[in-house]
Order: sequence, then structure tokens, then C-alpha cells
Amino acid sequence: METIRFGQAIGKALGDAMRADPRVFLLGEDIGAAGGPFGVTRGLHKEFGAARVRDFPISEAALVGTALGAALCGWKPVAEIMFMDFCTLAMDNLVNQAAKAHFMFGGQSAVPLVVRTPHGGGLNAGAQHSQCLEAWFAHVPGLTVLCPATPADAYGLLRSAIASPNPVVFVENKSLYARKGGIEADPQPIPIGEARLVREGTDVTVVTYGASVYAAEAAVRKAAEEGIDLEIVDLRSLQPWDEKTVLASLAKTHRLVIFHEAVEAFGIGAEIAARMADVGFDELDAPIVRVGAPFMPVPYSPALEREYLPNEDKLMAAVRRVLL
Amino acid sequence: MAKNPAPGAAQDSALLLNCYREMLRIRKSEQRLSKLFADSEIPGFIHLSIGQESVPVGISAHLKRDDTVAVTHRGHGQALAKGVPLAGFFAEMMGRDTGICRGRGGSMHIADAGVGMLGANGIVGGGIAIAVGSALAHQLAGAGNLAVCYFGDGALAEGVFHECINLAALWSLPVLFACENNGWGEFSRTDTQFCGSLEKLGAAFGIGYRCADGLDVLAVHATAADLVAGIRATSRPMILECKVERFHGHYEGDPQKYRDPEELKALEAKDPLAKAHAKLLALGLEATLLEALAAEIDDEIEAAVAAARAAEVPQFAAAKADVYAS
Repeated sequence: METIRFGQAIGKALGDAMRADPRVFLLGEDIGAAGGPFGVTRGLHKEFGAARVRDFPISEAALVGTALGAALCGWKPVAEIMFMDFCTLAMDNLVNQAAKAHFMFGGQSAVPLVVRTPHGGGLNAGAQHSQCLEAWFAHVPGLTVLCPATPADAYGLLRSAIASPNPVVFVENKSLYARKGGIEADPQPIPIGEARLVREGTDVTVVTYGASVYAAEAAVRKAAEEGIDLEIVDLRSLQPWDEKTVLASLAKTHRLVIFHEAVEAFGIGAEIAARMADVGFDELDAPIVRVGAPFMPVPYSPALEREYLPNEDKLMAAVRRVLL
Repeated sequence: MAKNPAPGAAQDSALLLNCYREMLRIRKSEQRLSKLFADSEIPGFIHLSIGQESVPVGISAHLKRDDTVAVTHRGHGQALAKGVPLAGFFAEMMGRDTGICRGRGGSMHIADAGVGMLGANGIVGGGIAIAVGSALAHQLAGAGNLAVCYFGDGALAEGVFHECINLAALWSLPVLFACENNGWGEFSRTDTQFCGSLEKLGAAFGIGYRCADGLDVLAVHATAADLVAGIRATSRPMILECKVERFHGHYEGDPQKYRDPEELKALEAKDPLAKAHAKLLALGLEATLLEALAAEIDDEIEAAVAAARAAEVPQFAAAKADVYAS
């Protein structure tokens, strides 16, 4: 087991995929010699050259559309959208084109396209550089949405995303790029759609993903001080999501809190809560509670953003509620 | 074939006859679609390209099977000219399981990967980046193929078009931007929507531009020959603008109350198919030969329609199970 940073694990997955398959290439703004705004693609331009690590003009619609056109011709492009907020400029190509090509063309076409993009706050980057918009994409039939928390998962899921014949939105929480974690010497792809049981516990299931996994882990000790044993499930894959694992955990703890950084209203948590209220109704000993960001734009000032972001204290308040 | 061929005339008439056959096949297919739509055998929206057939016929004559095209919502002609087979085409329009997209796409979302037709598009300008992306694929593959990006004048004000001409020029991508300019963006005259010039836009990006009379198939054919050869030789993008006329409404059933009745009446004299027909006769072709050609196409279309009528409708469960590729 080696130690690697989250951002480096993504870069390693890109490099390994490119070495393994000459059809894999990268497109994105400033990803070439500059190495990307967060350094994720550093070194790849030098190894693979400008033809396979392509600096793209600031044209997000053309970025995703061009990648899609190449994917329809059998190439495996990995496009980077510098901030998830900028996906708005590429929505037609993601939602109307990429997501639907396989289905609406009668299954003729595979769409081996990956769009990597960082989400999340904590950097005081303000309302247009901090959003968590993954629920939009999880709502679109045809798209796969992944959001890893650990370097190992980032590596393994990105390898699976690149190998997938379907368009994948690969979401990276930007506060995680520098975070270190273990990775096997010969890491393998991780199947899409399988959650990771972060911690076994008996009292309350916390379903989470992305950077919120670490806030949930931080809550474990606080909970223990109150005699509460948390079970933590990291979804990793949002579309499809691992209903079986969540249901099995609920069947054990009978209490469910869903915890994410994205705005709570109409979010990923709403879908999970609705499904568990349906298929898990008999298992529930308490209302399902969601903890997400309040329904407001991400504010800039550190004083405001601190209060905006979900944290372990807000999670603990919810945990106490389901144990009342 | 010809009664008294003049020197060079035999070649001209053979070329024109080939183009005429393709145009007639598109025209008759769309007239059949129009009738099927009126008879409620085709649901939804269809947008006919009657009057615009010269453009894809003149361009496709120079394309190889592995060259790619992305076509518009008014793209039946562009699709058929690239080689989409009639049987699968009609079955798709009629929502059958034997349709080329198994009845899931319809007129606005038909594609045929087997002939490099990457898809029609329900979004104005929606195929532009896809065509440019396929040109990137051709550049990466290095086999000398090119992409044709069809769009209408209505797409000229779409942002993605401007992003894509910049990219194609910046990266020297082998793509022909082919504008069928029929003067109408849906229900509005283009001059009320777009105040730029495609030629000047091309010049601003260093992209070669040619304009052809889209009502004259030989003019399109000759201009496209130069442009396609130029793209293959230089891997530089080029723009071809063809002035055409939209004979039918924006969508089939559109009463076109926004158009001057005089303008509509004047269209008849501009019909590119009638022009080609008259020219063939003038070149000495027998009228009976052209009639036989028309009958042959009618038979092919009727066989396609009959097969589609007899075909199964798609099963919901199979469609639902195929949202993702496996």
C-alpha cells in the first residue's frame, strides 16, 4: 500500500488509461503544459504530447460536443470542465446529446465519454465556483454520475468511467485534491454502482458521498461520546446508486440520515429518502432526515460560507433527531 | 442514352442524371412522408427539405462511407444522400421496431452509424460540435477522412457555432461547414435574426468560404468538389453556403401565414428538381427514361412503406432496458 493524494490518483488513472488504450485522450482548459487548474493532469502533457492532452479554448459547449463527436467515432475522450458551475454552458451536449445518443439511435452507438469536473465549496470561491450540481445529472436518463471520496476510489472509479460505454459525469470535490490516502501497488477498476461501507455501526446509518464522507467520519467520535454508534455508507456512485447496500444498512440500524454538501432541496438525499421510505418502510424506526446545504447560493465571505456548509455538528443534530 | 451527344455532353448528362436520381429519391421520399403524415401514419413533428435537395446530393457525391456527417432537423435529404437505406428510414419515421433506430428516434433523431451519419438533431445547431468532434477523430486516426457539418441559417446565431468555427480553424480540423441557407429561421426571416455574414465570419477565422447556387445541383457539386478536395489535401476547415428555398413550412402542417403568398407562388419556377429535369431533356435524354427512373424510385419507396406497415411496433420493455449501453 502506497500513499497518494486524491488529485494525483486521478492523474495516475488518466495516465494508466492512456498507456493501456491509445484511444483515450484528454481535452480541457489549461490541462496541458499548465497541468490543469488543480494540477491533476500535471506531467501528462509531457508524457503523451499535445495531441492526446489537448488544451481547449474556453468554449465549454464545444468542449463536450467535440468530445462526444469523437466518442461516437470510437475514441475515448476525457473532458475536463474546470469548475462544475461551468457545466451550465455545456448542458445541451451533456443532456440532449450525450445522454440520449445510445437510446435514441436504437442502441447503435456507444458513448465512451467522461466529463471530469470539480464541485464543492470551502475555498471561498463564491456562488459561481462552488456549486454541487450532481443531482441535475443524476436526474437525466443515460448519464452515469460518480463522486469518489478517497484516492483509491478516485482511481478505481475513473478507470471504470473511462472503460464505460456510457457518458459519465465524474465529480471531484476540489477540497479533496490534496488529501492523502492509501492505494494498492497495482490498483484495479472499481465497479460502478457499488457503495463502500466506511464504518460499521449499530445505531444510525449515515449515507453520504464526496467530501462529506470525511465530515461524517469526524462525527463518529462525537457520536461515540454520546453513546451512539454510526454506520457510514459512502455511495461513491450516484447514478446508479447502491440501493441494496443502503437498504441492508437500514435493516440493521433502522435509522437513516443522508448527508451531503449539495443543496438539500430536490437533491440526491431526496431520492434516497423517497426510495427508503418506500422499499424500506418496514425497517424505519424514525423519520428519514436529510442534511445538506441550505437553499441559497454559496456565499463568499468565510464567515458566511462556514455557516453555509454542512458539517459534523449539523450531522450530529440530525443523528440526535432520529434517535429521539 | 443521349440522342445527339455533343463533346463532353455525355459526361455532363451522366453526372446530372446521377444527381437527379438522388434528388428525385429524396423528393419523392419526402412527398411520401408528407402524405403519411397527413394520413396520421407518421406522428410528431417532421420538417421537410423539399427545395433543398441539391445541397446534400452535390456534397455527398464527394464523400466516402467513412466520412461523417451530422445533419439538422431538416435533414432527411442529408441523411438519405449519405446512404441511409430507405427501408430502415421509413420504418423509423413510422415508429417501427425495424426502424434504423428501432422507433426510438424518429425524424429529428435518426442516425446510421453504418454510413457515418452521426445523427439528426432536434436542437438547432446541436450537431455542429458533434461533427467537429468527428473531424477531430478523423484527424487523430489520420486516414484522410472528413466530416460534414450541416446547419441552417437559423443556427448562425447559436453560440456553439461560433465556438466550433474557432476550434476547427485553431486545430485545423477536416470539416466542411455546409450551410443550407433557406432564408428562414423557423417562422422568422433570417435577416431579422442574424446581421452577420458567413463569408466574413469565415474570413475572420481564416476559413475558406464558397457560395453556391443551392438550386443548381451541378453548381453545388462543382463547388463541393473543390472544397472537399481542399479539405482532404490541407486538413483545413471550409465553409460552403448554399442559397436554397424552403418549399414547405417550418414543420409539416405549418400553414405559413407569415409568408407572402406571392413568394410562395414564385417558388415553383425555382424548383431545383424541375430545373435538373429540364436540363436533362435539353441534353438529349429521353423523357421515357426519366419516367422509368421515377417509377423505379416509387416502387422502392412503396416497398419500404409496405414493409414498415407490416413491421412490429417496438416493445417498451426492450426500449426501457436499453437506456445504457452494456
